[in-house]
Amino acid sequence: MDKRRLTNSIMTTLTALCAFTVVGILVLIIGYIAIQGVSSLSPAFLIETPKPVGEGGGIGNAIVGSLILLGLASLVGIPLGIAIGTYLSELGDGWFGTVVRFVADSMIGIPSIVFGVFVYALVVLQQGYFSTLAGALALALIMIPIVTRTTEEIVRLVPKAMREGALALGAPEWRVTWDIVLPAARAGIATGAMLAVARVLGETAPLLFTAFGSRFYNIYLDEPMASMPVQIYNYAISPFEEWHAKAWAATLVLITLILVINIIVRYTTRRGY
Amino acid sequence: MSQPDNKTEEARSKGVLTADTIYRALLLGCASLIIVIVLAMLVVIGQGSLLSIREFGFHFLIGSVWDPVKGEFGALPFIYGTVVSSVIAVLIATPLSIGVAVFLVEQAPRSLARPIGFLVELLAAIPSVVYGLWAIFVLAPLLRVYVQPPLQAALGWTPFFKGTATGIGMFTGGLILAIMITPIITAVVRDILEAVPVTQREAALALGATKWETTKIVLANASSGIAGAVILGLGRAIGETMAVTMIIGNRPQISVSLFEPGYTIASVIANEFTEATGDLYLSALVEMGLILFVVTFVVTAVAKLLILSVGRKTRRTA
Repeated sequence: MDKRRLTNSIMTTLTALCAFTVVGILVLIIGYIAIQGVSSLSPAFLIETPKPVGEGGGIGNAIVGSLILLGLASLVGIPLGIAIGTYLSELGDGWFGTVVRFVADSMIGIPSIVFGVFVYALVVLQQGYFSTLAGALALALIMIPIVTRTTEEIVRLVPKAMREGALALGAPEWRVTWDIVLPAARAGIATGAMLAVARVLGETAPLLFTAFGSRFYNIYLDEPMASMPVQIYNYAISPFEEWHAKAWAATLVLITLILVINIIVRYTTRRGY
Repeated sequence: MSQPDNKTEEARSKGVLTADTIYRALLLGCASLIIVIVLAMLVVIGQGSLLSIREFGFHFLIGSVWDPVKGEFGALPFIYGTVVSSVIAVLIATPLSIGVAVFLVEQAPRSLARPIGFLVELLAAIPSVVYGLWAIFVLAPLLRVYVQPPLQAALGWTPFFKGTATGIGMFTGGLILAIMITPIITAVVRDILEAVPVTQREAALALGATKWETTKIVLANASSGIAGAVILGLGRAIGETMAVTMIIGNRPQISVSLFEPGYTIASVIANEFTEATGDLYLSALVEMGLILFVVTFVVTAVAKLLILSVGRKTRRTA
């Protein structure tokens, strides 16, 4: 009896230790970013473009680039994801729905760099140059299955009675979906979309050989485009300490954006769907 | 049969477009698009690999020379690096994740489980490149000074911990991967444990089992789902690119020692893709992408099936 109690308390302690180890690692990472990042952060850093070592420079163009890439990717990825998710929830109970669900799930597991390779072969190789559009396409493809799955989950939560009520009043199917079901699930769908945005905001690998990177402010969609994660990567792997400091500062900006989105999402999803 | 249904049926047989048929067709079209995308990926990446596949055939997978200058491309060192780093990651992350999940679901009071669960989820939101940055400047120096020397002193006689401990290499790569996949495995195991009916726990407790003995029963009943969660984590580890690229050392060699630098499939694509001169070089790299694509797709699919099987089982018994 004593031995069993002992095992019980040892294992309970161990699992608690696991949890606190993982939380500890998170604190270590975020804390280090905060401390290192703050010291190199300045208004100029957020506005200037990258410059040679010793001359300062910042990530202004990378911030704008990330916003443009994200905007374009969202324009394609979010509506398409919502449409597919709605299909799965409203019409997807047959065999085809199962196949689509399975493909979407597996697509989430495809490494992001493979999307980069795909878009490179499909777009960049044909056109002969890196471009913003190519980068945005890679990000959009990553977003689609994520938005699809969150949308389906949320739309399914809308009570059946609401659909039946509308149908009983003579509303056609499309109006039930458009005017009743989707508005009811609006907050949840937005949440899923925001999570997808937060996810691709930090993606580096698919941009390396699609949007590539740029040292200038740029708004042209058929030219290479800077982005925060790629800029962090370039700063990080450089041999210069000054650039390492810039990598930390840029990371602080990026991680703040991502964490804020995640916390907002967490806060809003607490209040139902 | 209701009135509107008859009308739609009639309209359909007459070939008249109703708003609802357009609605259904539109959604069906979007849904089909996702399948088209995945097939297009397979075709385009497959086509890009053709040159390399024709040139090397099966030898690509077992060749150990990677020499862009001579035009010789063998993927074995990269496959080795990917497998070893992913296996290290899974070996570390699996017990850790199960521990966290058990703590959150079975042991912690709600007031503690909620915030901790959220913090673990946040770990999954950190981008790969940020993990890489942290690994270079924090984890690697820490390991070099505090972890690798004692490991070498204790286990230096095995072939796994030989060589100079630089902090960069397979060991660190595996460790950072472990941290990255832990929240993913934890999340799935949590869902699975939560799906196990409370009655099972009550039954075990009523028979006089301790909390841990009860947990063991719950874990055993969810074992195939947990296997699925682990495989899902493995799939993630295989495809992780940036963090590994920044820390693993990027040397195409097959070394038993975990302190030596290695190279992974994803890393070589990230590093050499934009520099690839010549069609064969590029095609060899695209074939690397094809391997990654097919392997991770299959691995994820298997994981999903395993996880689903648990959901079905517990639902039936519930």
